[in-house]
Amino acid sequence: MKASVPAQASPESATTRSHPKRNSPQPGRKRNQWRRRIMHNWELYLFIAPCLLYFFVFHYLPMYGIQIAFKNFLPTKGITGSEWIGFDHFERFFNSYYFWDLLWNTFSISLYELAVGFPLPIILALAFNEVKDGLFKRGVQTVTYAPHFISLVVMAGMIITFLSPSSGILIRMLEGIGIDTPAFLEDPRWFKTVYVVSGVWQSTGWGTIIYLAALAGVDPQLHEAAIVDGASRLRRVLHINLPTIVPTISILLILNVGNMLSVGYEKILLLQNSLNMESSDVIATFVYRTGLVNNQLSFSTAVGLFNSVINAILLVTLNRIAKRTGNSLW
Amino acid sequence: MVSAIKESRGDKVFLVLVYLFLSAALLVVLYPLLYMISASISTPKFVNSGEMWLWPKGLTLDGYRLVFDNAKIWTGYGNTILYTAIGTLINLAITLPAAYALSRSDFYGRNLFMILILITMFFNGGLVPLYLVVKDLGLINSMWALILPVSVTVWNLIVARTFFQSTIPRELQEAAHIDGCTNLRLFVRIVLPLSAPIIAVMALFYGVMHWNSYFTALIYLNDESKYPLQMVLRQILVLQQMGSETNEALSSDMAAAAASKAEVASLVKYAVIIVSTLPVIAVYPFLQRYFVQGVMIGSVKG
Repeated sequence: MKASVPAQASPESATTRSHPKRNSPQPGRKRNQWRRRIMHNWELYLFIAPCLLYFFVFHYLPMYGIQIAFKNFLPTKGITGSEWIGFDHFERFFNSYYFWDLLWNTFSISLYELAVGFPLPIILALAFNEVKDGLFKRGVQTVTYAPHFISLVVMAGMIITFLSPSSGILIRMLEGIGIDTPAFLEDPRWFKTVYVVSGVWQSTGWGTIIYLAALAGVDPQLHEAAIVDGASRLRRVLHINLPTIVPTISILLILNVGNMLSVGYEKILLLQNSLNMESSDVIATFVYRTGLVNNQLSFSTAVGLFNSVINAILLVTLNRIAKRTGNSLW
Repeated sequence: MVSAIKESRGDKVFLVLVYLFLSAALLVVLYPLLYMISASISTPKFVNSGEMWLWPKGLTLDGYRLVFDNAKIWTGYGNTILYTAIGTLINLAITLPAAYALSRSDFYGRNLFMILILITMFFNGGLVPLYLVVKDLGLINSMWALILPVSVTVWNLIVARTFFQSTIPRELQEAAHIDGCTNLRLFVRIVLPLSAPIIAVMALFYGVMHWNSYFTALIYLNDESKYPLQMVLRQILVLQQMGSETNEALSSDMAAAAASKAEVASLVKYAVIIVSTLPVIAVYPFLQRYFVQGVMIGSVKG
């Protein structure tokens, strides 16, 4: 990411900056210089050791375990001891009748969420930015940020309760204005909408913060000049504020698309039932079910690997496109 | 800003629309929250029939009584407090020193470490390989399975690193070194005392994460007595299973009050939502500044 730019300073400048009292290093003593630089800050390596150990154990060791996707993994034989079987698990997955359903559900839920959930925080942030600081603005912000802190379990409980056909308040309200209500949680056609709308309710407010931070950086002189030229408020929002946050929008978009296939499976899992399964089952919930419920460890790992690879490809591709506009991640 | 120039009529209309939009957003978010609070202290009959739609009707605290009589909820609550406290302490103990080391431009190798850490954001081993690692470490069915696999989140590490980079002046560190101060003393005596805001932000982010998580407990814990609150909530809210205690309490002293099992279920639901979410929602408005700061620091760079 862009964050590490200052670290790319040349070794000489790093040395002189951190040891101003020392003489400048002589040529031909590179190795010594290296050791000195490491020894000088040896404690910092202790500082970062637990963190690196964590990433090694809980992120890199599992990557080593990915090999069981190409093996017939038996817990008694261990990861290395199990027999290689090549791409059998992948073939089985690609040829299964549920492959296209899973892929479609995963992509359609993600795209639906992106289409509705991504622009809303931007619009809300632009609106916040137009309003004077005061009780009203702070009140709306506090309230709209709050759902971010509601746990997924409570969120799912709320959805189930509000949409209960016998007593749900939302059902009552829709009936009150004369709308025939479908069984939202049982009808596969409605599952995605329920998922996306509840997500919008929970995260739109919180999502504005990052844009508001970017909007704080707008040069007031631009606005002054635009006002003198007779630009309306709307025009200034569209031609000054919006372009200012385009880099932020672009980076968040890349990150979102890169995580496309890891849709919020923790929430889907809570809302899933046998009736809405045909539209609610996504790759990640499938991985959980086959792997940890039905104990098909190798097969589940293969499906999970497929998911990760697609994610990585999406991310790299999008970043390449973004690079042309100069707003890339790396 | 510039307010000397009079606003045109178009601008006024635009501003009114903005206020309307924000008011609509306020209502849409606020209503479900208010409704739940009201429902938790209303008679279930009115709630289920839709007669109670905003303000409480038929005031009752039975729901809360049932929640507090339920031993399972108490155990879950206790477990969650324990996991959150220990988990957050571990998160801080690992994240802060690492973030500080990574913030130092004279820390040799920091680019390499940063890349190794960032890779894990975009590629991971997946559910089963991680599960196998946790199992091989012998952590299944122990509280450490909920804590150690989430010791550090990359996002929080970046936020803390950015904070150290932008607030701890290099001169301070150089002066300390010239005076013969070691890095450890520098970190404990000088950097940490200057970093109260970031410590608060980190504790809050990690704390909320532990408080709200259910999935790790779902996959790593078998023993119900170790379940955190969210798993108990899942049974009540999602799987719609009441604890046996609740039914007992019902049959003994409240049978007359509650007409049917469904009514009790709905009473308990709203009360348990409020009870479980209250700690977070109650402290949140006071700490909002810190949360927002955390997100903003993270967004400055990276």
